[in-house]
Amino acid sequence: MSALRRFARAYPTLLRIGLAEAVAYRAEFLVWMLATTMPLVMLAVMSAMTREGPVGRFDHKAFVAYYLVTLIVRQMTGAWVAFEMVREIKEGTLALRLLRPIHPLVTYSAESLAALPLRAIVSIPVAVVILLTAAGSEISRDWFNIVGFFVSLAGAWLLNFAVSSIVGTLGLFIESSMQVWELWFGCFMLLSGYLIPLELLPHWLSQVARYSPFAYLQALPVETLTGIRDRHQVLMGLAAQLGWVLTAWVTLIVLWKRGLKRFAAYGG
Amino acid sequence: MRYLRLFVVQLRASVQVTMQYRAEFFVGVFMALFYVAWNLIPMFVLWGQRTTIAGWTLEEAALVTAWFTLLRALLDGAVQPSLQAVVEHIRKGTLDFVLLKPADAQFLVSTAKFEVMNFFDASAAVALVLWALHRLHRVPSPAQIGAALLLTVAAAALLYALAILVISAAFYVVRLDNLIYLFNSVFDAGRWPASVFRGTWRIIFTFVVPLALMTTYPALALLGRLETSTTAIALGGALAFVIVARAVWKRSIGHYRSASS
Repeated sequence: MSALRRFARAYPTLLRIGLAEAVAYRAEFLVWMLATTMPLVMLAVMSAMTREGPVGRFDHKAFVAYYLVTLIVRQMTGAWVAFEMVREIKEGTLALRLLRPIHPLVTYSAESLAALPLRAIVSIPVAVVILLTAAGSEISRDWFNIVGFFVSLAGAWLLNFAVSSIVGTLGLFIESSMQVWELWFGCFMLLSGYLIPLELLPHWLSQVARYSPFAYLQALPVETLTGIRDRHQVLMGLAAQLGWVLTAWVTLIVLWKRGLKRFAAYGG
Repeated sequence: MRYLRLFVVQLRASVQVTMQYRAEFFVGVFMALFYVAWNLIPMFVLWGQRTTIAGWTLEEAALVTAWFTLLRALLDGAVQPSLQAVVEHIRKGTLDFVLLKPADAQFLVSTAKFEVMNFFDASAAVALVLWALHRLHRVPSPAQIGAALLLTVAAAALLYALAILVISAAFYVVRLDNLIYLFNSVFDAGRWPASVFRGTWRIIFTFVVPLALMTTYPALALLGRLETSTTAIALGGALAFVIVARAVWKRSIGHYRSASS
């Protein structure tokens, strides 16, 4: 049986297992999700500013839409596989995964994807709040943008997962790979539009952001759904995102192949 | 006295561990300073749009951020690493070895590990305070400096008490890394002056997680805008938090059941 067919047959089961695990640890899971408070804090700060008038193109309503969509995008695309991988490498339990007749990256991705239904439980009420309040008028009515939003959401997940796995895989080469993650996350906060819309950053910094992968993790989906981008810009953004996704996945696969040779299952 | 000596021993061990990896040490120092600078960018961006936000000018808000940086350094450097170790002990059941030692368990676990690197973040915070005061052309009176220092001690005690409360939860729920993560992400709101927050947020940040007390009050004290009675209430509140935390720790440790044995 070819690897691909085996993959297609096993994946639904892996997803089911992953979902069951997420449900089993639902209290822990809820805490993880509640920890995404940053967009709400930034919304409070921005609201204090808009009391005296709009900031750039953003008035209060626009900020509400921007940060709530940011919250949803973060919930639906976040990946924390790096923590899991580094721990398994350190404790040697990665060996158990390697014994299974299916690629470890596939099982990791299934575990990560399976958590999405639970995450949607948080995202959907937020989405309803947006649509029912004044902020709803800020959401794009163009079908092209709405379809583009969902495509970019998938792209953002693929990119996030690949980067997180790359950091995890680096655990096979260096001891302090979690510091790499912190560095990545630090840059992500500012350059992805997660804290502040990219438009409001100084010109040179927003330019740096747009050429970096970070803008395609948050800013692209958020700007697409809130109609900041027109059709042409959405298309260009999706193309750039695809480029980064491919780059990240090729890097991941090469690194994984090389790193695995160094794995020695200490304590496994 | 005995505890002071123990403290010095534990601290020296941590310094030695850090200095062992010299290359990593210098990379760490560089990264620490880079993070401090990087984290200032949002503040400069926002105050680039307005001269005052919620009644605070850039320099005044910088004081709040400075206290936030200082407490963050304390949290990352002194509080978090030790407490993370406790969680690990509880999960593996090795807390037995700590409990068997002839010293107070809370003291031992609280001083088990220091990240010496965060000393550099703290220095950067002090530099930020000096910069802000210089820009404001302000020399605080000794009484104001005294009040700010007192409040800083109170803030540190509060931070420690909150962390102990979080850790005490580890005796009931096993997976705790995420509680620490939640605590961190809530604490991040402390970088902004408290008057930015309204309604529910304000209530949460004043009474539940008293961020306002930790970062905004010391800045206000240095600016001479904090009333003496508020200072007194803040200090009393901090003390109450510490006492409650100690009581909860005592109770929780009774629930420890040495998971692995």
